[in-house]
Amino acid sequence: MSIPFNFRLTDFPVEAETLRLEVREFLSTALADVPKETRAETWYGADEGFSRKVGERGWIGLSWPTEYGGSGRSAMERYVVLEEMLTAGAPVGAHWIADRQSGPLIIRYGTPEQQEKILPGILRGETYFCIGMSEPDSGSDLAALRTKAEKKGDKYIVNGTKLWTSGAQRCQYMIALFRTSKEEDRHGGLSQFIVDLSLPGVTIRPITDLAGRHHFNEVVFEDVEVPETMLVGKEGDGWNQVTAELALERSGPERYLSSYALLQELIKEFSERNDYEGVTEIGRQMAHLTTLRQMSVSVAGMLNDGENPALEASVVKDLGAVFEQDLPNIAHRLMDLEPDVQGNDFQKYLAILTQISPSFSLRGGTREILRGIIARGLGLR
Amino acid sequence: MNDETSQLLSDTAEKLFSDHVTKNCIIDAEKGTWPDELWSEVIANGLNLILVPEELGGVGGNWMNAGILFKASGRYQAPIPLAENIVASYILSLAGISQPPDSILTILNGAFVAEKDLLSGSSPRTPFASHSTHGVVLYKDDSDLKVGLIEIDKNHLKDNNNIALENRGHIELDKVSLIENSKVDCDSNLVKKLGALMRSNQMAGALESILTQSVRYANERIQFGRPIGKFQAIQQDLAVLSTHVAASSVAADYACSSMDKGNPDFAIAVAKSRIDDAVSVGAGIAHQVHGAIGFTYEHGLHFATRRLWAWRAEYGSGSEWSKILGEKAISNGADKFWPSITEGNLDI
Repeated sequence: MSIPFNFRLTDFPVEAETLRLEVREFLSTALADVPKETRAETWYGADEGFSRKVGERGWIGLSWPTEYGGSGRSAMERYVVLEEMLTAGAPVGAHWIADRQSGPLIIRYGTPEQQEKILPGILRGETYFCIGMSEPDSGSDLAALRTKAEKKGDKYIVNGTKLWTSGAQRCQYMIALFRTSKEEDRHGGLSQFIVDLSLPGVTIRPITDLAGRHHFNEVVFEDVEVPETMLVGKEGDGWNQVTAELALERSGPERYLSSYALLQELIKEFSERNDYEGVTEIGRQMAHLTTLRQMSVSVAGMLNDGENPALEASVVKDLGAVFEQDLPNIAHRLMDLEPDVQGNDFQKYLAILTQISPSFSLRGGTREILRGIIARGLGLR
Repeated sequence: MNDETSQLLSDTAEKLFSDHVTKNCIIDAEKGTWPDELWSEVIANGLNLILVPEELGGVGGNWMNAGILFKASGRYQAPIPLAENIVASYILSLAGISQPPDSILTILNGAFVAEKDLLSGSSPRTPFASHSTHGVVLYKDDSDLKVGLIEIDKNHLKDNNNIALENRGHIELDKVSLIENSKVDCDSNLVKKLGALMRSNQMAGALESILTQSVRYANERIQFGRPIGKFQAIQQDLAVLSTHVAASSVAADYACSSMDKGNPDFAIAVAKSRIDDAVSVGAGIAHQVHGAIGFTYEHGLHFATRRLWAWRAEYGSGSEWSKILGEKAISNGADKFWPSITEGNLDI
């Protein structure tokens, strides 16, 4: 057996480092009024005004080809924008999904009509997408999904329910995976659609999470008439299209930076206390963070070169989630402070991140699913 | 050196080690026998001179190339001081000193001073000291930093081993003549940093070895009517091990690449710290998967795990390097924390 993954180091090109400074400069003023509570949530925090400002800068769709209105810059430059936004606690949540995966999906598989209709709004930071994959009886076992889209004339009639749909309440569109035919092969007969969430028959119901936030939703479809022009790619090809999308979803900086703010607050606390207990732990976390970043950047480099680093992406996401989830526990152990949303900055971050950390190893593929993928790569399955 | 050269280097090392580093070779070395045939092959291929410039008779490679050899020696648990000789010959070359013919080098690690070219100081746990002919030392002569070369004299040496039964001799010198010496312009802490760099890479290699051994064993060992690798509990553990193997390899490469860029302090500390954690998790999983057989001397898993446990403590433990990182991060302040990571530099 040989090691099935290969993370070769990737350097950022000079123009990416130049862009980094521009982004830092922009954020130093753009974030002035963003409250800590929003910053702590990074890519789950949404601010439409902020998204429009990012769009004005041309930093949404940065790596999309210019013929689609993108800036035609490299994936490495895009990576720099993302990591700078995340470490600064920028509220990128509104445009995040559209920029990361819905836009690229529409560029890859969409019709010219879909592209013309939708991409400009994404680029302006005004059109937002959510992802309609999970259902009440289809979580990790995605292929078990049951929401049906039945062809009738020039429309598909959709019936069923999507669950845990993040941010649906502020999105105009959902990229949804529906069952368009019953096949022997469970992965067959699935298709992707762009669904306008303002269509009659769509109901978005909030689901309050354990921290009391309205973040995810239940989206119910009752005889929703989706025009056939909103089918993305080929009918029945949904599974393959979704799988390709997941590599984009699993290896980015958002997969290890979710608790970053807490690490930074920890450093502040230690400087103020002039107390060097725990200094080793901070250094240790710095080593983990740096290594994860090099791994994630390596995957970005492979994606930029047109490779398919699906296995490497799973490794990054699994290690990243462990790191993000360890931090609130480490912060708790090192400091004698209660998590408190009314407390000081450290306490606020601790309160929020402690509560949302369980989601880090659930969203975008559970820990067990990822480790199963890795085990298959190792030749164990 | 380009990618093609790296591939050639990797192939040469793989072939050489897979032919010569047999289980008996390692067992004999643990009893104190010098693996003459293996070492001769390494020398014949010039692997020890990878970092020495061509004009000094070396190969003129870079640290990424050296990293390939460090990792391969760790992957095969080659019981020879290849990594040490690569680093020692590099340090000599910094001072423009040529390596004596047919010499085997070790690196003295400790505080040394010289007066009129007479060297004093002690180097506890000197790698492969009893098999080495010469020692390379970085020392202070008044305000000058110098590289010197001494002959290893058994009278100054007390033998000892690490837990992997690799020779680690205690060398005590009191006004011993330097056979060569020259001023050098480098970091006074260079030996420790390069030591951490080579051990980090060797550990990354040894971690790969315990992963491949564990996966192979899980696919062969049958319990409850099927290979244990078919059980999800085992699969999930091995997946975790593999994530740490991947992280270690990246951390080790990052250190080598930073060395090539002339800015290695941050990356070396990161590598030694990160890989130490990988060893703690990884060696545990490898042994758990192997069960009782992996706990025997007869089975070869321990050749890698005992080295991992020894190496993680050499040239500064993970905690020691973490402390360096943490102290810097705190004194730099929170606002500089992220920039120090993107620039790979603690002194910003």
